[in-house]
Amino acid sequence: MTLQQILFFIFGAISLGAGVGVVTARKLFHAALWLLLAFFGVAGLYVLLEAPFFAAAQLFVYMGAIGILIIFAIMLTRGMMRQRHPRANRQWWLAGILAALFLATFVRLAWQGPWTAPAGPVPENSLGLLGLTLVDPGGFALPFEVASVLLVVALIGAVTIVRER
Amino acid sequence: MEFLSNLIVNIGVWIKGLLVGGGVAEHGAALVVKAIGAVVVGFFPLMVVVFLIWAYRKIAARMQGRLGPNSSGTWAGPYGILQTFADAIKMLTKEDIRPQGVDLIPYNLAPILVVFASVMVWAVIPFGPGRGLIGADLSIGIFYILAFSSAALIVFLMAGWSSNNKYATVGAFRAVAQLIGYEIPQLLAVLAVVMVTGSLSTQDIVGSQDVIFLVTLPVSAIIFFLASMAEINARPFELLEAESELVCGYFVEYSGMKFGMFYLAEFMNSVAVAAIFTTLFLGGWRGPWVDQAPILGTVWFLVKMGAVIFLWMLIQITLPRLRIDQMLAFNWKFLVPLALVNLCVVGLVNKGTTEGFPGGASAWTRGSILLGANLAMILATWGMLAVGERQARRRREAWQAAQAGELEVVV
Repeated sequence: MTLQQILFFIFGAISLGAGVGVVTARKLFHAALWLLLAFFGVAGLYVLLEAPFFAAAQLFVYMGAIGILIIFAIMLTRGMMRQRHPRANRQWWLAGILAALFLATFVRLAWQGPWTAPAGPVPENSLGLLGLTLVDPGGFALPFEVASVLLVVALIGAVTIVRER
Repeated sequence: MEFLSNLIVNIGVWIKGLLVGGGVAEHGAALVVKAIGAVVVGFFPLMVVVFLIWAYRKIAARMQGRLGPNSSGTWAGPYGILQTFADAIKMLTKEDIRPQGVDLIPYNLAPILVVFASVMVWAVIPFGPGRGLIGADLSIGIFYILAFSSAALIVFLMAGWSSNNKYATVGAFRAVAQLIGYEIPQLLAVLAVVMVTGSLSTQDIVGSQDVIFLVTLPVSAIIFFLASMAEINARPFELLEAESELVCGYFVEYSGMKFGMFYLAEFMNSVAVAAIFTTLFLGGWRGPWVDQAPILGTVWFLVKMGAVIFLWMLIQITLPRLRIDQMLAFNWKFLVPLALVNLCVVGLVNKGTTEGFPGGASAWTRGSILLGANLAMILATWGMLAVGERQARRRREAWQAAQAGELEVVV
């Protein structure tokens, strides 16, 4: 086994183990912390894939922003801080069906065909290429702009909701 | 002389030579040298902090007309220079008090992670030219720093929530509200630098500063400096541990070395921010005669970093603390809009100067055009603030006059 494979298994185990932690934790705050650890494991996988920008974005967006948002939501919800919660509620069967479907889809996808990486080394300036593709009209310029419009709408919505009249 | 001129890199080469001479395989020796380098980079902020805490106490005392740590009482070295070591030993040997009802794992993990995040930032700070004097010249350099400081926010929530203390929880909320808020202008200021450089690598940012960015992008520099002051919890923005209202903020329940680690991380972050400011706006290791003797680059870097730290201390020691609403208003109503305008202006001017001139403008023309745009921005901001101030004063006077009139009617 090469060093890369060992690291892959370590980070994979971190992500999956933390994922199990998310669904089995008795306290919501602990579940959120496990989720952050899972994000961290995924960031490690991105580093192994030679995509450092994605790894940093994973840390920045998921751990720094979304993680904080989730914890704020938990802390601001009444009674969510202290008690130990039952792990399942009345809708457990629905969630179970959806999870099983999700799993089946992914297993099917993973089964399809040999997974070959594109030949040749990773381009030297992958970050620059990514940036150019995002603003290229033939590339992803439209989805990129739509996403930013969505964010602006969310921002304006938040301002409108909290404004004093 | 030859050895001294590039001291640090040559020490690495020398150790590697020794190992290879002693029969260690080539890549094994390289790995050992890398590991030693990593330890040195990790310990550098710790060593600086030990000195910095002493220097801070001494300088603060001088500015406030006191003596600061000295050798009266127990001997602590000339000018009390060993005081920090004495404090560290005291903290290490103190009883570790654990309050009732803490959430053990997050409670004990928080002080470790907070120091971890502060140390990780140093991996991409360039101490000198070339690849030998930087932990790792990542292509995402500056974004890596921002990502780590953003992910570290979670630690404050962990510490505050798991201590089972209302003040600590409120302190953690406040810390995150302040730090997330001030991250936005900081990020936008860095983005302006990145646009002018065209790269996220810290070495490239230093390399492109033929004229330092403090001169060509003063607005970004000011925004970054103010936002970093808030990020490291320095005095005008020192609301994370507001003793008067929150006791000590999110780490009130920590004692002994766990408290010490939060304290350490705070000072380490201050040094890191000074190093980042030096890299981004003061030209990093660049200075005269670096080409002949690369070791001078490290000296210039440390000198510039020291100057930034001194400026930080000067502000921290002289200014009183803001109120939390004033601080948030200053961020959201002043720094963020200014940073957004700055981003647009720098983007347009930068594009204009790189593509508007046939064959590209020289560094000096480009720099002076950018400086002009920045000065115009500063003047416009100044004018708007003055107008706003005058309007506020007029309204206040009108209100006071109305109050006086009402009073007379009542009497």
